[in-house]
Amino acid sequence: MRVELVRRGERSAAMAYLSPLLALLLTLIGGALIVIVWRLSTVDLSNPASGGFFGALQQGFVDYGRFLYVFFIEPLTELWSLEELVAKATPIILVAIGLSLCYLSNTWNIGAEGQIAVGAITGSFLPIFFPDWHGPFMLPAMLILGMLGGMAYAAIPALLKIRFGTNEILTSLMLVYVAQLFLDYLARGPWRNPEGHNFPDSRAFDGGQVLPTLFDTNIRISLIFVFIAAFAAWFLMRWTKMGFQIKVLGQAPRAGAFAGFSQNRMVLMTFLISGALAGLAGICEVAGPVGQLRTSVSPGYGFTAIIVAFLGRLNPIGAIFAGFLLALSYLGGEGAQIALGMSDQTTRVFQGMLLFFVLACDSFIFYRLQIVRTPTLQTGTVTS
Amino acid sequence: MKKILATATAIVALAVGIGSANAADKLKACWMYVGPHNDGGYSEGHDVGRQMVQKELGDKVETSYVESIAEGPDAERALERLARSGCEIIFSTSFGFMDPTIKVAAKFPKVKFEHATGFKTAPNVGTYNARFYEGRYIAGQIAAKQSKSGVAGYIVSFPIPEVVMGINSFMLGAQSINPDFKLKIVWVNSWFDPAKEADAAKALFDQGADIITQHTDSPAPLQIAQERGLHGFGQAHNMYDFAPKAQYTAIIDTWGPYYVKRVNAVLDGTWKAEQIWDGLKDGILHMADYTNLPDDVVASAKDTQAKIEAGTLHPFKGPIFKQDGTEVIGEGKTLDDGTLLSMNWYVKGIDDKLPQ
Amino acid sequence: MLEGILLTIITAATPLLFASIGELVTERSGVLNLGVEGMMAMGAVIGFAVAHSTGNIALGVVGAILAGMAMAALFGVVTLIFVANQVASGLALTLFGLGLSGLIGDAFVGVPGAGLARVSIPGLSELPVVGLLLRLDPLTYLAVAITTAVSWFLFRMRGGLILRAVGDSHVSAHALGYSVIRVRFMAVLFGGACSGLAGAYLSLVYTPQWTQAMTAGRGWIALALVVFGTWLPGRVAIGALLFGGVSILQLHAQALGVGVPSQFLSALPYLTTVIVLVIISRNRALVRANTPAALGQSFVPDR
Repeated sequence: MRVELVRRGERSAAMAYLSPLLALLLTLIGGALIVIVWRLSTVDLSNPASGGFFGALQQGFVDYGRFLYVFFIEPLTELWSLEELVAKATPIILVAIGLSLCYLSNTWNIGAEGQIAVGAITGSFLPIFFPDWHGPFMLPAMLILGMLGGMAYAAIPALLKIRFGTNEILTSLMLVYVAQLFLDYLARGPWRNPEGHNFPDSRAFDGGQVLPTLFDTNIRISLIFVFIAAFAAWFLMRWTKMGFQIKVLGQAPRAGAFAGFSQNRMVLMTFLISGALAGLAGICEVAGPVGQLRTSVSPGYGFTAIIVAFLGRLNPIGAIFAGFLLALSYLGGEGAQIALGMSDQTTRVFQGMLLFFVLACDSFIFYRLQIVRTPTLQTGTVTS
Repeated sequence: MKKILATATAIVALAVGIGSANAADKLKACWMYVGPHNDGGYSEGHDVGRQMVQKELGDKVETSYVESIAEGPDAERALERLARSGCEIIFSTSFGFMDPTIKVAAKFPKVKFEHATGFKTAPNVGTYNARFYEGRYIAGQIAAKQSKSGVAGYIVSFPIPEVVMGINSFMLGAQSINPDFKLKIVWVNSWFDPAKEADAAKALFDQGADIITQHTDSPAPLQIAQERGLHGFGQAHNMYDFAPKAQYTAIIDTWGPYYVKRVNAVLDGTWKAEQIWDGLKDGILHMADYTNLPDDVVASAKDTQAKIEAGTLHPFKGPIFKQDGTEVIGEGKTLDDGTLLSMNWYVKGIDDKLPQ
Repeated sequence: MLEGILLTIITAATPLLFASIGELVTERSGVLNLGVEGMMAMGAVIGFAVAHSTGNIALGVVGAILAGMAMAALFGVVTLIFVANQVASGLALTLFGLGLSGLIGDAFVGVPGAGLARVSIPGLSELPVVGLLLRLDPLTYLAVAITTAVSWFLFRMRGGLILRAVGDSHVSAHALGYSVIRVRFMAVLFGGACSGLAGAYLSLVYTPQWTQAMTAGRGWIALALVVFGTWLPGRVAIGALLFGGVSILQLHAQALGVGVPSQFLSALPYLTTVIVLVIISRNRALVRANTPAALGQSFVPDR
């Protein structure tokens, strides 16, 4: 007897909704295991005061209850942390929307982190070299330069793939290190604030060089960019010929080729779009919460966005939900450190598990499990 | 299912209740680290200090920390979280946390902030730092006495004033013994990457250095020194256990007594924002036992240390010349703290070119 | 001095060689596992933990291999049985492995480990150049042995032929009666074992200590080296030496005081990789002949 995966006749609508919930449930169970094992490992079991194994086990459950509260609920109970949640989620979602399009077309841009850095650099060019410019066109110009920078940098792996067939996963990733080192060089060297005691930061942007905030909160107008981008991406995928081409080329490249769709054009387009959004995220960080060009502008948003894109099932609207969930896990992780003294690595483990389970559960949308009692015969029929 | 939910809710309520009850009558002191609390280097140095506070002040305080916080918006949010969770004094321990600390401190005027190695202050923000360069001067003298090739290797992270100051101090110490001493410098662009630091150590040894020193945090370079039968200096921590045959001494960050003093000041209501830059004499850093050295070298190192502690010797006492020969400060005068804290030039005799 | 540099380069290349040879076999079977970094981190921490607790380095190496395989098995279940997207699953594996290794390794930070002694044959090891090759550490010889064995297996043995057939066309291989899933699972496990070894090399030989995220991106370099070597073991080994060489020589360039900003020199290994990838991919015939045609595609047997 063995268990096999069998293709469903058609995709299961019920599973499409159930699968993320199932994945979350499995993650919570996995998380419980980790927290309880962690608790057991910190307790001296031979000491009667600790209540022995069962006492520690019980304490583990209590800890997990606290952990869940601190991790998932507490950040949502106060206005300031809700604002922080939005601020943290904004760049991640922006990047994830672009990556979703890329991955849908079966093109693999892994280097958004580098495109963020380049967007931050090109967008900061104006306020650093023309510190006195504050007019109404300053900020739009910075944003456009940031997007162009991200686009240009994303074009490198795309063009290399088109022209030479070079693997874009690897080139885009290698270029991340290059971009980060270049940013580091600029912020420590030529673009350093001359009045900053040789600290490795640029001058602080001010006035019209900084993104305005909304309704007297910490939330900046970059949140609006998120919704515009999500809507545009949704519209593109749902209603345009290009969206159709992306889907066809992603799911059945050969069919797409027969239909006369150009794979190369699609690679370039999706890389340019995702690069532009990553560049926008970069300059929005610099002209937003950071307020100056620093040696590093993103704590890994470009990589987190990959998880978010997949958690959101490569759907722009899904990316918004997934982005908030991931941002919540960062805030929650900090809370768990303060309240429970847990390692910051817990957050990573949770994110990894969640992604694993989502990916595994999603296969139930197209497949179902079947218990096979006798060995199946090899039919020898070939279908492709 | 309902039962499970009810039980879960009860546990949560209980747990939260316990959490807040504990905190009520204790002073809450909090730390924010740029790396993991047990990185074996800089952040761990601060965490050792935190543990000392917990141990010495016992029931009077409750300490917590957040680790691996990226400089930038994350730092601001983590600080705010700490302030809101009831911390009454917060130590933000990396120079990159400077602006976030100032920003968050303005929002929480009642919370006391202390920022390590920065220069901006506010009514509720003090700064503190250690004169690590004092230890590096002693190390430089030892290197010049012990080196057969007259060349030392220096593994460095990033060109910030703190690091440049350390290089210059080491070189001035070495030149006070051997005016022709040479220094080879390798930047690894990381505070912590054991394998890369090990590679850098090997490269420096292969190019003729026989003593190594570092401004990166892992003990890997010393392990390489031991493997090759050569020597070096520990950084931030006593790294003797990692290389008992190679370590001459180590410049150890000793934040604990300082933290105890400052938390006590909050407890008895005498805390006020200060700019503190302490040295060997204040115990904020100290030299590890001098090992693997002949007696006369140990004696002279101790002598130099005593002179620095007594204030009769200052590593940056003139005359000091830049690489191109221009005089920075003349005979008999000493560089002021402002110049030291924004240093971005090498002293004469260093061959490397400082990234500008 | 030249010998010293060569020795350093070989040491720098060894963990890359381990990881990329394992990934090569995995990819030859048609599976792209981007989780090398995570498997390496787990190998490094378990290897160190076991060696430290038992005082036996060989046991540590075995532990690291098993840890790498356990991580790979997780990946295998998710991608081969649940046919999840391989790229995303690999990223999840990296994240999970880095996080979990950090949690497990908490107790082992700041603990000095015992290094693995170099082999030394009196008399012979002192010879110039040849002598150098006779005083490496045992794991480096193991890496060379594995590389040779993999090359032999892939191109001289029936099992290798089946593996490559599965990687080139799972449908045909399945039609011929080979169990695609089983072959791929074995290949994934082998990749995990090699990544575990790479991790053990870092925490037991290279720098005998454990620290969080000590793999520092080497898993990703290993992935690049597989493409770089056009899925041929010998070329992958050359690639590992070349990458190791550039990383080491840039440090030497700095120590000599060339006056180029260090960030540019640090970027050199990555730029070199990109440039060599481009040069290699220009030779389409070579690439097409060796790229597993079914790389990254999930397989579900139709019946």
